[in-house]
Amino acid sequence: MRLSFLAAAVLAAAPALAQDLRGPDAFADIADDSARSAALFAEMGKVLTHPRCLNCHPVEGGPTQGDRMQAHNPPVIRGEADFGAVGMNCTTCHGSRNVSFTGSPGSIPGHEPWALAPISMGWVGRSLGEICAQMKDPERNGGKTLEQLHEHNAEDGLVGWGWDPGEGREPAPGSQKIFGELTRAWIDSGAACPS
Amino acid sequence: MTLLSRRRFLATTAGFTLALVLPTPFARAQGAPPDLPATPNAFIRVGADDTVTVIIKHLEMGQGPYTGLATLVAEEMDADWSQMRAEAAPADDTLYKNLAFGAQGTGGSTAIANSYIQMRKAGAAARAMLVEAAAEEWGVPASEITVRAGRLSHPGGREAGFGAFAAAAAERAVPQDPPLKDPSQFVLIGGQGKRLDSAAKSDGTAEFTLDIYREGMLTVVVAHPPAFGATVASYDDAGALKVKGVEMVRQIPEGIAVYARNTFAAIKGRDALEIRWDESRAERRSSSAMLEDMARALAEARVVEESGDRGALGGAAEVLEADYRFPYLAHAPMEPLDAVIEVKEGRAELWYGCQFPSIDRPTVAETLGLPMDAVRINVLLAGGSFGRRAQGNGHLAAEIAHIAQAAGRDGAFKLLWTREDDLKGGYYRPMTLHRLRAGLDSDGRIVGWENAVANQSIMAGTALEAFMQDGLDPSSYEGSNDLPYDVGARRISWARVESPVPVLWWRSVGHTHTAFAVEVFLDEVLERAGKDPVQGRLELMTPEAGRYRGVLEKVAEIAGWQGRTRAGRAYGVAVAKSFGTYVAQIVEVENGGALPKVTQVWCAVDCGVAVNPDVIRAQMEGGIGYALSAALYSAITLDGEGRVQQSNFDDYRLLRIHEMPQVHVAILPSTEPPTGVGEPGVPPLAPAVANAWRALTGQPVRQLPFAQLLS
Amino acid sequence: MIHLTVNGREMSLDVDPDTPLLWVLRDELRLTGTKFGCGVAQCGACTVMLDGMPRRSCVTPVGMIDNASVTTIEGMEGPEISAVQAAWAASDVPQCGWCQSGQVMSATALLRQIPKPTDEEIDHAMGGNLCRCATYVRIRQAIHDAARTLEG
Repeated sequence: MRLSFLAAAVLAAAPALAQDLRGPDAFADIADDSARSAALFAEMGKVLTHPRCLNCHPVEGGPTQGDRMQAHNPPVIRGEADFGAVGMNCTTCHGSRNVSFTGSPGSIPGHEPWALAPISMGWVGRSLGEICAQMKDPERNGGKTLEQLHEHNAEDGLVGWGWDPGEGREPAPGSQKIFGELTRAWIDSGAACPS
Repeated sequence: MTLLSRRRFLATTAGFTLALVLPTPFARAQGAPPDLPATPNAFIRVGADDTVTVIIKHLEMGQGPYTGLATLVAEEMDADWSQMRAEAAPADDTLYKNLAFGAQGTGGSTAIANSYIQMRKAGAAARAMLVEAAAEEWGVPASEITVRAGRLSHPGGREAGFGAFAAAAAERAVPQDPPLKDPSQFVLIGGQGKRLDSAAKSDGTAEFTLDIYREGMLTVVVAHPPAFGATVASYDDAGALKVKGVEMVRQIPEGIAVYARNTFAAIKGRDALEIRWDESRAERRSSSAMLEDMARALAEARVVEESGDRGALGGAAEVLEADYRFPYLAHAPMEPLDAVIEVKEGRAELWYGCQFPSIDRPTVAETLGLPMDAVRINVLLAGGSFGRRAQGNGHLAAEIAHIAQAAGRDGAFKLLWTREDDLKGGYYRPMTLHRLRAGLDSDGRIVGWENAVANQSIMAGTALEAFMQDGLDPSSYEGSNDLPYDVGARRISWARVESPVPVLWWRSVGHTHTAFAVEVFLDEVLERAGKDPVQGRLELMTPEAGRYRGVLEKVAEIAGWQGRTRAGRAYGVAVAKSFGTYVAQIVEVENGGALPKVTQVWCAVDCGVAVNPDVIRAQMEGGIGYALSAALYSAITLDGEGRVQQSNFDDYRLLRIHEMPQVHVAILPSTEPPTGVGEPGVPPLAPAVANAWRALTGQPVRQLPFAQLLS
Repeated sequence: MIHLTVNGREMSLDVDPDTPLLWVLRDELRLTGTKFGCGVAQCGACTVMLDGMPRRSCVTPVGMIDNASVTTIEGMEGPEISAVQAAWAASDVPQCGWCQSGQVMSATALLRQIPKPTDEEIDHAMGGNLCRCATYVRIRQAIHDAARTLEG
């Protein structure tokens, strides 16, 4: 019972809150490259399945919001450019940085650019194995090589926003630096996917 | 009715003004400084450019009195609609009282009803004076002059607009009792006249309170207590005073006021305050605990209406019983509360959407220690109210006056409540519990009906307490008594509960919950008896309930009730009278995933003579949307420490455009005196949705909002 | 100093850069057609055009948009805004009127990009504009009417 619950938590992309993120060193004692690689990806999964990431990686409909991933209010659709509806784009409300509300706790998140991940990169409800396969597939990851993928995870500003999400939102676990190192180690160990 | 000419005042204006319905001659306050204008004690001003401006004694908050009262005047003047204008009357309860209240104020959907004769008389008098002036000028008998669409003409070929005779007409005596048209002659009443305020409200030029900027004005926000009834124990304003733009911080009875040179600084300054509150006398119960206390209070309910055999329920073959629970609701008008005051050399002038001038003006005068004549209130458009600005205790007027007083100097001050202040600030629709019981005989006939209501009183403790009779506040239970149905022996009772949480009328007041409790419970009872919801209601209606019957039959007709089916959809009906207006609605719902999705609403309304049919339609559409918003989503709740849990539109959700149903409105033709339409569109909607939902899912709805089904 | 072009006029403003554009427009420039409703981008009453696109001014600190071009309802020009305002008045859309500047701005932004929107496209574009008077039936109708006007 308990095991299957944990397994479900790890395997399906449901929101994962408040976990520590271990660096690659924690996995050094896994001798088998493929097993180590898969374990590294599972660790990356703590970030990938965090609400900060999942909210804008939906597989259907528009974004969700908040730590409980409720429906986005006002209602928002994906739109043709992954940028919301014509007449109400993401940037109708979201600016180039997080903005604290005036006279009210909380903030509205922002970054330049601010948009949904393409639908080919939708993760909500997917298993880590499926997400891993998506990430590696140039057909679905925006034509990225593994090296470019590393750069994206380690350097991209919108990815980095996950650790600096503004008042009222829990950051993704760890840091972008550790996430980049995990990605590096995962690639170097053969970019295996969890089963 | 006394009609007076005001020649001295009129001589100074480009047009002329008529003073009507003055119990005593108006006189400018002795010694009043000349910088404040004399109160224009009149309803009509005719400009040299032919425009006719009607001075509107009711607050325009969207419900349409600018258009409605101008229509009444224009009709009797035989004016052309395009020449009509409207402007707000200032606070003056001698001139501008609501004839239904005996004091100046807007509420209870009374604007058209109380003005119907008064404004027509004003228009008829103005017409007569213009005709007499033209007759004299043209040297023809007045009886030969006709007026059509704003033009005076004589068969001899003379023709002119109103403006040509504005000055001469002002010199004439005002007719004491001018004859009014027979309704069969109406051209504008019941016509297609457009609203007078649409253009200015579509291009940003309409002026609201927040748009007022006086020289040197400071913007003020107030830190109100975090729990109802709490008071300031101590505070530290050092941080606030460091915010650039903050000028001063003062303690006032309402909390701690931060005065700043702009809005942002005021809000930032307030954030930087450190306040310790004394909550020893505050409401510390959660709203669910309060609801439990209400259930206990029902045992002490006082009977407000009783008839028939008290033993009827005991002898019934079957007794049905249900409780219905309703949360506190915030009005949440899009314009939160705001007001501007300017105090200068012993006089105070205010600008805001003032709904009860007769309460607010003395409140300001008393607070500032000024004579009434030294207080002028300019009534501005209100960005919605829904009852929020109709304050029996004048709390907004008191707050802005305290702000001016605490400043300790002359100056202009603008008070702004933020949205958080609005939602957390109380003055809610009272949380309410209904307990209903009905007895059926072996044929399924209703032989007895009991309805016990528990909630706070809106009127108690305010200037309106005088309207309570024998400790009873009818606004707490109106609609549960005086039923149109023969339900056998009746017993209606009310238990008043108390709390420091301030409560207020919320668009249709008691009917917001009584119509739901009665119409949903009745629907369940009819279902139990195997009756059709429409036919079953019609069969129960008493001979006196003809107008209820009229709207119910009409709505069933336009909705095609009989035999209407559609896969995946269900229909529900409800009917209610509020403020003299009868409304029946049928709704179509589908399952929107745990919540009803309302796709269509048919609405039949009988409000007597339909003065502005399109305004009536608009108020039905708006009332339906307002009611649906509350039925689906709205609740103000208190946590275990008495803190309001909602703060903004993210957690106090309002209806959005994709959730708005199609609305079909039928207005019943009538020669009865007109009644209001601002509120009566609200009551039938929620029960009709609940009845449709039960028809669709089998799930009875015993509490609002529907969103509670989700948790 | 913050540099903005507002309704075609270039200006430098000595204000706290954290100040929301909404309050700069209202308190400093007295452009009061843009309304305050919530302060948290939930209601749309404060909608302006920022570099030609609709933007909620209540969550837009002026320091974030240095050198941008802002158009408020007072400065709007073109066939779409004219058609929208004419349709608004013809259908008597407004009741209290507080939200309508924002509604008109959003509707205009929609029609500039989709000259003949469907009901669904209207729902999506207007979903961020609350109207407490629930004038939604007429807003929808007026947008369709404006689209017909623009079609010529």
